[in-house]
Amino acid sequence: MTEIAETPPIEMLSTGNDRWRRALFRFRQSKLSMLGAAMVAVVLFFTLFGTVLAPYPEHVAGGVATADRFLPPSAAHPFGTNELGQDVLSLVMAGTTVSVLAGFGVVLIGTVIGTLVGGIAGFVGSWTDEVLMRLTDLTLTIPGLILAMAIAAALGPGFTNMVIAISLSWWPGYARLVRGEVLAAREEVYVTAARAIGASPARILFRHILPNTVSPIIVKMSLDMGFAILTVAGLGFIGIGVRPPTPEWGTLLSLSRAYMPDYWWTAMAPGMAMFLAVFGFNLLGDGLRDILDPKARR
Amino acid sequence: MSDPILQIENVSKVYGARRALFGKTAEVQALQDVSLSVRKGESFGLVGESGSGKTTLTRSILHLETPTAGRILFEGRDLAQLSAAEMRRLRARVQIVFQDPYASLNPRMSVQDIVTEPMLIHRETLGLDRRQRIERAAELLSLVGLGPQHLSRFPHEFSGGQRQRICVARALASGPELLLLDEPTSALDVSVQAQVLNLLCELQDQLGLTYFFISHDLAVVRYLCDRVALIYRGELVEEGETDRIFDHPESEYARMLTRAMPEVRVPA
Repeated sequence: MTEIAETPPIEMLSTGNDRWRRALFRFRQSKLSMLGAAMVAVVLFFTLFGTVLAPYPEHVAGGVATADRFLPPSAAHPFGTNELGQDVLSLVMAGTTVSVLAGFGVVLIGTVIGTLVGGIAGFVGSWTDEVLMRLTDLTLTIPGLILAMAIAAALGPGFTNMVIAISLSWWPGYARLVRGEVLAAREEVYVTAARAIGASPARILFRHILPNTVSPIIVKMSLDMGFAILTVAGLGFIGIGVRPPTPEWGTLLSLSRAYMPDYWWTAMAPGMAMFLAVFGFNLLGDGLRDILDPKARR
Repeated sequence: MSDPILQIENVSKVYGARRALFGKTAEVQALQDVSLSVRKGESFGLVGESGSGKTTLTRSILHLETPTAGRILFEGRDLAQLSAAEMRRLRARVQIVFQDPYASLNPRMSVQDIVTEPMLIHRETLGLDRRQRIERAAELLSLVGLGPQHLSRFPHEFSGGQRQRICVARALASGPELLLLDEPTSALDVSVQAQVLNLLCELQDQLGLTYFFISHDLAVVRYLCDRVALIYRGELVEEGETDRIFDHPESEYARMLTRAMPEVRVPA
């Protein structure tokens, strides 16, 4: 041991750097993946800075200008104004924050619950597996939006409640995905090696099995982001999501419904925003699957 | 020769019939009344073809499976009688190197994490802190012919032979006395096989290890092992000194095997 102590400190090489560069290269080869990444970047940018950059911050805060109601798109209001004279562009920009954060929260909570349930079910097996997976199937049989509506109605409106409500109908997909991956990974030789060393079940699950299931989970998260944003907007549209004056895409769309088709611009901006966000996350997810999921790779 | 380190007494293993879609699947008799004894410091070879129960036997020795009948004793103590804590401590002293070096290393862990993990799990027994564990990992790597610069690499960056060396380093990390070698060279190129075998021989001399060497490569077994047992369809066919078995086989199966061997001349 003294000999080793004299040698220079153990070098920390940039591990796996090469692998990342190769993955990035393959990702760049696909124009659609890059387009998706760019769209997601724009969406994330507005998530962080939309409220700050909005040209009419007083409208975001709930201020009205009834004299300017239903102005068509112009240089001052690129997407026109709504029934309260608020600038639609400002509202949509600020609405990105709520919509994307809610979507992200839903996917994150769904992943955590689903990974735990599926991981434990696949790892422990026998009756634990049966109970957990029947519970999962049971949740799957209830239409997600209806369950979310029921939960949101019970908990009352609001951002957190909405996220919780949707998450509770969101995790079964992850549970089934993770269970399948865990069933495959737990038969790996390195898991047997860990058992032979005397590793605890928790260590085997969290150190050896679950890290080898992250790729499909990340891919599914990215693909799900779009749908989560849509579901959040759906709840907003039927009026159980975030309440005005907090701007949110679904709520904006729902309010503008009454003024279609004469004042079409009030619906177009939030609709386009949703379209771009969902489309971007889907393209990104497809691109990630190509580089992360070897089974789906050509 | 010294005391036995591992005794296998009348071990049988039957994989139970399971209910399938239509009727039942058949019972599988993986091991039938196998008795062996491995002495401290020797290399014991177990030879058998695929499906002969070799793997079941190793899994039973590692206590990953419970035999249907019979006892397995490590230094005279029955594995089945040990408490969970005692079993954990014992796992540090019996380690295994698997056949396929591509499958037996976790692709998400660096070599440092892989080699230090046994020391982390057995830190109470070994009493090494983080710094010491990393130092010992570096030490182990140089012992198996790699170096400290490999600590931060990941398994996919290594060749098959190098990976098998990492597997050996991991197996040695907890300071075992008995090493199960489950066909450690059969997945490697012939040239690399020789290197790994020589490494194993050197390590045995240096560390006084006992080897339980499983193989179907008779030449390798003859080169490495002091004593050999032949196993066929879960039953022990013959057991004895390596030279005796190869020169004067008693059973028909042993004669058949040695006849089928390509010409081997071991310089005596």
